[in-house]
Amino acid sequence: MRALCWHGKGDVRVDTVPDPRIVNPRDAILKVTSTAICGSDLHLYDGYIPGMHSGDVLGHEFMGEVVEVGPGASHALKVGDRVVVPFNIACGNCFPCQSQLYSACDNSNPAEKADASEIAYGYAMTGAFGYSHLTGGYAGGQAEYVRVPYADVGPLKVPDGMADDQVLFLSDIFPTGYMAAENCDIQEGDTVAIWGCGPVGLFAIKSAFLLGAHRVIAIDHYPRRLELAKEAGAEVLNYHEVKVREALSEMTGGRGPDSCIDAVGLEAHGFSPDNVIDEIKTIAKLATDRPHVFREAIMACRKGGTVSVPGVYGGFADKIPIGAFMEKGLTIRTGQTHTHRYMARLLEHVQEGRIDPTFLISHRLPLEEGPEGYRMFKGQQNECTKVVLKPH
Amino acid sequence: MHQTEQKSTDANVHPTAFIGEADEAGPHDANSIRAVTIGRPRQELYAFWRDFRNLPRFMENVKSIELLESGRSRWVVAGPGGKDVEWVSVVTEDVPGERIAWRAEAGGDIDHEGWIEFRDAPPRRGTEVRVFISYDPPAGTVGKLVAKVMQREPRVQARRELRRFKQLMETGEVTTSKAPDAAPRA
Repeated sequence: MRALCWHGKGDVRVDTVPDPRIVNPRDAILKVTSTAICGSDLHLYDGYIPGMHSGDVLGHEFMGEVVEVGPGASHALKVGDRVVVPFNIACGNCFPCQSQLYSACDNSNPAEKADASEIAYGYAMTGAFGYSHLTGGYAGGQAEYVRVPYADVGPLKVPDGMADDQVLFLSDIFPTGYMAAENCDIQEGDTVAIWGCGPVGLFAIKSAFLLGAHRVIAIDHYPRRLELAKEAGAEVLNYHEVKVREALSEMTGGRGPDSCIDAVGLEAHGFSPDNVIDEIKTIAKLATDRPHVFREAIMACRKGGTVSVPGVYGGFADKIPIGAFMEKGLTIRTGQTHTHRYMARLLEHVQEGRIDPTFLISHRLPLEEGPEGYRMFKGQQNECTKVVLKPH
Repeated sequence: MHQTEQKSTDANVHPTAFIGEADEAGPHDANSIRAVTIGRPRQELYAFWRDFRNLPRFMENVKSIELLESGRSRWVVAGPGGKDVEWVSVVTEDVPGERIAWRAEAGGDIDHEGWIEFRDAPPRRGTEVRVFISYDPPAGTVGKLVAKVMQREPRVQARRELRRFKQLMETGEVTTSKAPDAAPRA
């Protein structure tokens, strides 16, 4: 089959690779009908995530048609079902899964892959498609076919009549934006500030309103992304034009936002002094992450407020304002998304017309043009808001 | 053998966790303990492990286990550098539902002993499993290094085998991303 493979920093190619097959009883094989490039794929593309091997098949946002089912998953799926698949892999049996903490699944990272993240983070990470070998080294869905382990747990059946574009983002970015907003525990009258108007930030804006936010203030520097944020109902700040903390304080009567969402993560842009120093440190390998947004969110947040972090971090960072965190009594909530927990309820929101996820898609390309899709998503973040690839 | 000064640590912690005492925590040169919680009943886990014929289902490097008379079993395990290692193991203690201890008989390729313990975890958490192994690395320090590079060091193996044991007991299968279902290797 044809698949989009990682070969190094800034180097992805469409290669011919062996077809996947059923290995374990609870596996299924999908024929992929749509798959998207995610902002976190850019972290791989930019070489920020360790544990990538040349030839790894990328892609963790995908959906398709079931073409084969193992005997252990046949009670849940049958050949011909159309499904959308959560990006993280969860067994459904372990204590975290039973507690709906699917992104903390104990069992989905293969034993021989789990050592590295256990050393890095204290406990092994959960498995995910098309990502680093720290998260299992599973072949991803930017391919014609993909093997889905624990297929009786993850895949959500797509109702007849719904287009791929309407449901594809249930695999990651819509639940990720939603969980980011849910983590803010939004109360009546709340103002939510969101850094980053990429796909996750935009879904976080829409989700914050679904969950009852009074106001949402969105921060970015790409005019097109700010325009989309405005269309979603946010008041927008371009951080190249305004001092963000001053503006937020003024806009909230000096109280500060009730909650702040860092939808940027470890590759923050911008020329604030701390970020320039962070950039130098990451280049010199003295630090791994550039946490400018995280710092600013902690400083901007009102006393007793919540900082919610859907943005991806991987390693270590300096100069976190821990005094502000403690003295203001902030709550920080974060984590990879418990995708499985949200898919069914977000599908309902889409079905009932409360949200239309297709607003995000700027480009639709055949899989063979995937490398161009990565180049555009990386290089033209203003115009290129989301790339959907079609493998067949 | 142990320090004589009074310790104030009162929790039930094996000597491997005490600073500077790991080397003395067992009869051999290398000693390690590993704990894992498995969401299945204690008796079920004990019974599965006690039937040694089940162990190759999750012990990846174990090629065969042959049951002999009077609690003895012959083990053939893939060792470093493509060379198999063999020993005869004898059960030295067997408390149903709680604990199994074993020792390699003299003359095997790896001199070692160990035990596995099953304890009820707090409510709804299943069973806490602890495994202790004490061994003399084959071919001394060099052998240990070679084994480590080959990822067949007993400590690394034990860690991975316990993860696989949990996977098999909780999900019914051993999780894998191996090729051709993972990324093809160049």
